[in-house]
Amino acid sequence: MEFDFAAEQPKFLMLMYGLIAFVAVVGGLLLLLDVVPTWFARRREERLVAAVASGAPLPRRRKPREGAIAIFFLLPTLLFLAVGLVVPAIRTTLLSFMDKDSSNWVGLANYAWMFSEDSIVRVLINSLIWVLLVPLVATAFGLIYAVLVDKARFESVAKSLIFLPMAISFVGAAIIWKFVYAYRGDGDQIGLLNQIVVSLGGEPKQWLLESPLNTLLLIVIMIWIQAGFAMVVLSAAIKAIPADIVEAARLDGVSPWQMFWQITMPSIRPAVIVVVVTLSIATLKVFDIVRTATNGNYDTSVIANEMYNQAFRYGEPGQGSALAVFLFVLVIPIVIYQIRNLRQQREG
Amino acid sequence: MTTATPTVGAGVQATAKPGRAARVRKRLNSRTATLVSIVLALLWTVPTFGLFISSFRPENQIKTTGWWTFFSDPQFTLENYREVLFSTGSSGQLASYFINSLAITIPSVLFPIAFASLAAYALAWINFKGRDWIYIAIFAMQIVPLQMALVPLLKFFSTGVTIAGIQVLPAWDLVDEQKFAQVWFAHTCFALPFAVYLLHNFISQLPGELMESARVDGATHPKIFRTIVLPLITPALAAIGIFQFLWVWNDLLVALIFAGGGNETAPLTVRLAELAGTRGNEWQRLTAGAFVSIVVPLIVFLSLQRFFVRGLLAGSVKG
Repeated sequence: MEFDFAAEQPKFLMLMYGLIAFVAVVGGLLLLLDVVPTWFARRREERLVAAVASGAPLPRRRKPREGAIAIFFLLPTLLFLAVGLVVPAIRTTLLSFMDKDSSNWVGLANYAWMFSEDSIVRVLINSLIWVLLVPLVATAFGLIYAVLVDKARFESVAKSLIFLPMAISFVGAAIIWKFVYAYRGDGDQIGLLNQIVVSLGGEPKQWLLESPLNTLLLIVIMIWIQAGFAMVVLSAAIKAIPADIVEAARLDGVSPWQMFWQITMPSIRPAVIVVVVTLSIATLKVFDIVRTATNGNYDTSVIANEMYNQAFRYGEPGQGSALAVFLFVLVIPIVIYQIRNLRQQREG
Repeated sequence: MTTATPTVGAGVQATAKPGRAARVRKRLNSRTATLVSIVLALLWTVPTFGLFISSFRPENQIKTTGWWTFFSDPQFTLENYREVLFSTGSSGQLASYFINSLAITIPSVLFPIAFASLAAYALAWINFKGRDWIYIAIFAMQIVPLQMALVPLLKFFSTGVTIAGIQVLPAWDLVDEQKFAQVWFAHTCFALPFAVYLLHNFISQLPGELMESARVDGATHPKIFRTIVLPLITPALAAIGIFQFLWVWNDLLVALIFAGGGNETAPLTVRLAELAGTRGNEWQRLTAGAFVSIVVPLIVFLSLQRFFVRGLLAGSVKG
């Protein structure tokens, strides 16, 4: 039961190294950025002085070259992105056409496997259900809630309560909900859901073992986490609707229902799209919830979870990479749609 | 309003009537709205609340009765927390993992923010060829799912880079605590596109006259960045800092792959997921453990919520 603090010291040392590295890198970079332009400026000046002294025609004053400075500002970002994202993404694409040892080309075999293996097709279907349900339900909920509490007396508290799950890790959220779904034989139930079922006269169930219900129950967790995000963004959009439009509509005597569909909805349409798109992308990549709650068993796995299993547990980097590439392909159209929308918004 | 004075004409009464009806209807409406919103807020809070209550109940109580019986039969203990935080072996030791989470999170927040603010400034206020293309490229990198980077990045850490049989970059060969560096590196890479995009939004909206007059006075870009831009974007930096903090602290996937599973480097989330898998019925550990992992982000979130929301809105609405 003793906690050995001395054993933790190497970690603090490592953290300190990290902080020293941070100060050195950023400080060094800023110093460099100060020194380099000054040096260029002095050289320009010297050339000017030399030209004046020798009586030669003055060198034309060139615009100071900004590109050189910009490179230093961008250097760390571009370096990290190249090493950490660009090159790996290209490599993963290549790996997806190779066998499990990453040595021989196998063409589209990994992709063929993906669509022919029953368990993987199930995974793809599950991901489809996730990406259809989470954005729609979370956005709808966020919207309803934002409208309901708009200008209410305890608005900020009410919003904080819904927003709070955003701060909880997916792992923590999965545990919170596993507890709600908990099953306890025939005796007293400790899970809230089964207790409710029992008190309504039903039979307690092992919720997380029953496919396809269990996938829906995991989706509930994601909706629970993300609804707050939708609510905050949509609430801000609702508040941005010009007051005189609302007032004019009210003078015309529209009902709250008409007000919502004819004034509120059209005004916040861009924000709704942004929320749906952001949630879709986040949902496609969901991993933690499935892994913590069921480990992908009982037909609940999704693409991101299966990718991890294939690449890091079963030693099949080719098949794992194919799943990652497929994920990428799924995200592309969503993002293109978003970019087009943003463009129209700017022009319009 | 209920007693119209006799001196007031009938016309006023006629207008007062629908007004009163509308007011009553509105009050009823807002009452249902309040009721519905309270029910929804309860639905959203009860699961967490139940887990929180449970984490203070004795083990045999948690395992045999629902947490709601706490109100009829309150029994309180801190044993769960003591056990899950400090016991050694396979049952908890979360205190050690808590320190890992801290050691992972702090540099993983500092590095990307510093780099991103430098890059965002250059992309917004330095004139050079191709800056729009670089910005679009960085923006577009947001869509690369980090799953695509995992296998090669792990290989990069473990074997370095070889081109045509020649070792170009050495392997990192990190052991134990040193593996933190891998996690910092990975988190920095994955955070940059979004951070650059968000900060660019903020920085490009700063007044141009400010930059121009500084340029005319002979200030260099580094000087403008340090003395003018940095102080002005502090709220944005805070927003992104909170964002990144929550993201790194709550992350499971990156840590699972780059930190290793031991108590030298794995953060709370990894340990907790493991406990949920192997000891799924030990609710006294899981409930207390979940709260240990939740408490720091919750404090950060509650105290800095305003900044966080502002950052969120800048990122998603203004586009």
